[in-house]
Amino acid sequence: MVATVFLFYVFSIVAIASAFMVIAARNPVHSVLFLILAFVNAAGLFMLLGAEFLAMILVVVYVGAVAVLFLFVVMMLDVDFTVLRQGFLQYLPLGATIGAIVLIELVFVLGGWTLQPATVTMRAAPLAPNVTNTAALGRILYTQYVYFFQAAGFILLTAMIGSIVLTLRSRRGVKRQSIDAQNLRDRKVAVQLRKVPSRAGL
Amino acid sequence: MTDGSAVSLWLKLLESVVFAALVLIYVAYILYADRKIWAAVQLRRGPNVVGPWGLLQSFADFAKFALKEPIIPAGANKGVFLLAPVVTGTLAISAFAVIPVNWGWAIADLNVGVLYLFAVSSLGVYGVIMAGWASNSKYPFLSALRSAAQMVSYEVSIGFVLVTVLLCAGSLNLTDIVMAQNSSLGILGWYWLPLLPMFVIFFISALAETNRSPFDLVEAESELVAGFMTEYSATPYVLFMLGEYVAIVSMCAIMSIMFLGGWLSPIPFAPFTWVPGVIWFLLKTSFMFFLIAMVKAFVPRYRYDQLMRLGWKVFLPISLVYVVLVAAFLEITGMGGQFH
Repeated sequence: MVATVFLFYVFSIVAIASAFMVIAARNPVHSVLFLILAFVNAAGLFMLLGAEFLAMILVVVYVGAVAVLFLFVVMMLDVDFTVLRQGFLQYLPLGATIGAIVLIELVFVLGGWTLQPATVTMRAAPLAPNVTNTAALGRILYTQYVYFFQAAGFILLTAMIGSIVLTLRSRRGVKRQSIDAQNLRDRKVAVQLRKVPSRAGL
Repeated sequence: MTDGSAVSLWLKLLESVVFAALVLIYVAYILYADRKIWAAVQLRRGPNVVGPWGLLQSFADFAKFALKEPIIPAGANKGVFLLAPVVTGTLAISAFAVIPVNWGWAIADLNVGVLYLFAVSSLGVYGVIMAGWASNSKYPFLSALRSAAQMVSYEVSIGFVLVTVLLCAGSLNLTDIVMAQNSSLGILGWYWLPLLPMFVIFFISALAETNRSPFDLVEAESELVAGFMTEYSATPYVLFMLGEYVAIVSMCAIMSIMFLGGWLSPIPFAPFTWVPGVIWFLLKTSFMFFLIAMVKAFVPRYRYDQLMRLGWKVFLPISLVYVVLVAAFLEITGMGGQFH
């Protein structure tokens, strides 16, 4: 299919170019926007591979939620670009060293990559034709890997509780609305009818 | 590429363009209907000058906006400023790619149709944030912050409502979801009845997700001038307004597919089943929009903290519990759809 090949090159070129622009853009908000473009193109590549569920989850979770909060934070920052660029040459050796180490590690990991013997058969017959990949993922995730799945859930829950504990402050003297108290008020408590005697007042 | 696939590709493209044009014409009349309903509630006449009964009002408005000069503020971030309305408009229209208006009448019959709609509606927030930031002005920025928090919050409960529908239908394909509601009970067999609390939550969350009154805090004119649209004029403004209404119509279409049986006839016997499915679908979508327009006409605007409370402390727990209840019920009775 010419169209598929064409789309593959479009998605990958745009993904790589926008990934480069993430680090090259001068304005941090532009960087985040390029990051979002990279995510969307990665989702397009997933789609071409036939992994439509992963593609949609990537868009919903990363683009729709994580990147929104990211953009939110970056927009609020008041970044001074001249200050940011001042120590560039000074930190360059350190940064280059770390980058080189990560690159070498990646080469080792990917160079030593072998497929598990069990997965070879799965590659040969990826899916039964009438099973959507959502159902296939669900089946394997909730049966074979259910403990890992639950563990991942607990880790996220811990992180969530941790961030709530860190940011929760109970301040004194703040007037809060209590919906229950408001709803429990009735006519007897709220309204008082008084007969006002003429020229006497209450 | 064989000749046949090239032809089908062009045919698909033509189909998409025609469908998008039809959606936009429908939205033009939805806009007119919105103003008429609002006017009727307030005992006014509404637009009644352009064309017979004012039927061409929306087109006149669009022509006026298109002919005006777009003004870009000097301090604005030009690229992002102009990109924002395009993002809003494109995303809103692209939701219609998977919506089936009749049996087999969908541009793309995706297996993950529901997730696609969810993804597209969750991306809608970008237009607002980008506009708010790029305008480089305080009211749009405040509005962008509000909208980001609001849309992310209500997405959560929308997600859970969708999960209950998926559990009942056993598929993420929109056509399958409609066909799962096809029974001899007609209107009583659709999901609005067994999932009534979810339908109500989805309706209210859809209002919040599309920044529609009473949750239009993003463009609250008493506090924020016009919110993120303050600095926009002419064509970029039209794209925002169109995007907003297209998003509302797509939410109406989603509600009629998920809860009101899509193109199915409400009364499942002879004279009613002869009516083409498109007509039923349009009627249901228009009915949902009528409800949304009525809400705008007589519900006052929410306060922001109340909006957040409603989303996180009321809708999220209710929908979470309902997901568990529905799943347990389907598992115990064995009525759950077989996922395939």
